Amino acid sequence: MGVKMEMNLLTLHWSSWEEFFAMGGYAFYVWGSFLSCALLLLWECMQAKSNWANELVELGHAVELEADLAPQQGERA
Amino acid sequence: MTSRIHWFHYAAPQNFFDLCSKCWPWFAGLALVLSAVGLWLGLGVAPIDAQQGEGYRIIFVHVPASWMSMVIYLAMGFWSVMGLTFKTRLSGMMTQALAPTGAIFAALSLWTGALWGKPMWGAWWVWDARLTSELILFFLYLGFIALTSAIDDVKRAERAGALISIVGCINVPIIYFSVKWWNTLHQGASVSITQSPSMARLMLWAMLLMAIAFWSYTIAIVFYRVRTLILQRERDSHWLRVWFERRQSMALNGG
Repeated sequence: MGVKMEMNLLTLHWSSWEEFFAMGGYAFYVWGSFLSCALLLLWECMQAKSNWANELVELGHAVELEADLAPQQGERA
Repeated sequence: MTSRIHWFHYAAPQNFFDLCSKCWPWFAGLALVLSAVGLWLGLGVAPIDAQQGEGYRIIFVHVPASWMSMVIYLAMGFWSVMGLTFKTRLSGMMTQALAPTGAIFAALSLWTGALWGKPMWGAWWVWDARLTSELILFFLYLGFIALTSAIDDVKRAERAGALISIVGCINVPIIYFSVKWWNTLHQGASVSITQSPSMARLMLWAMLLMAIAFWSYTIAIVFYRVRTLILQRERDSHWLRVWFERRQSMALNGG
């Protein structure tokens, strides 16, 4: 039974790439769903990454400003 | 030290910042691996559905996205209650960090639902109880984001946001049970699966793997975003300066 299950998990449902991309006539709807998910989540990651980078720059400015205003305090930190 | 986990230890932004920094890459990696396996099974191996043909495969993103949109709203409600009860700064940040991902999953749920509805029902949209209540959830997310970003004072913004999160939670069971309570065009909780039980199990596995992948993704992105919020709101704190300078010196020395 274990062997049978393993076979099932590795056996492709499709016999060709054309068939796979055609999705039985539902290509627009199926690929539209999967692609929009991938793109929207990717966009979210990029947004999060650029927000993080911006905040790091802001923190850097704040640290520099503090060091300029009070050099001895900046050294201690 | 007892062996119990000290939950309030992580209510301090500094400790939670460290935890998030350590954990988010693992959850991101887990999300990638699980979604790869889930997509392999869902798009590559799973058999055709007798009623819906190959079009049913939308289920592998539609259902996990819809689940996450509901779970994230409940999580926002939970953190809002925590924030109002214990007045921890972290709670507000968590609520804030969860909202954009919840809004994205609600949008994806509606959009993939429309892409599924068109070929199966012949309509992109119907004013059915399930669809309408999910649309309301999407508007609640947008309302939360708009409301909290319109108020400059962080504490007041958080309190207003907490209120909309908690009150909005009433909508989540309405979405979930809508297919039972009303006659809806939307199908019930289970998929019509035709083949032998082992095939049904394969479809279910693929869907569950995608669901766990979306969970991991959510944890990773929320941890990542909450780190950014801590960076922003704790800018004047000493520990963050120390962290920043150590990071700078590591970048200079380690390359």
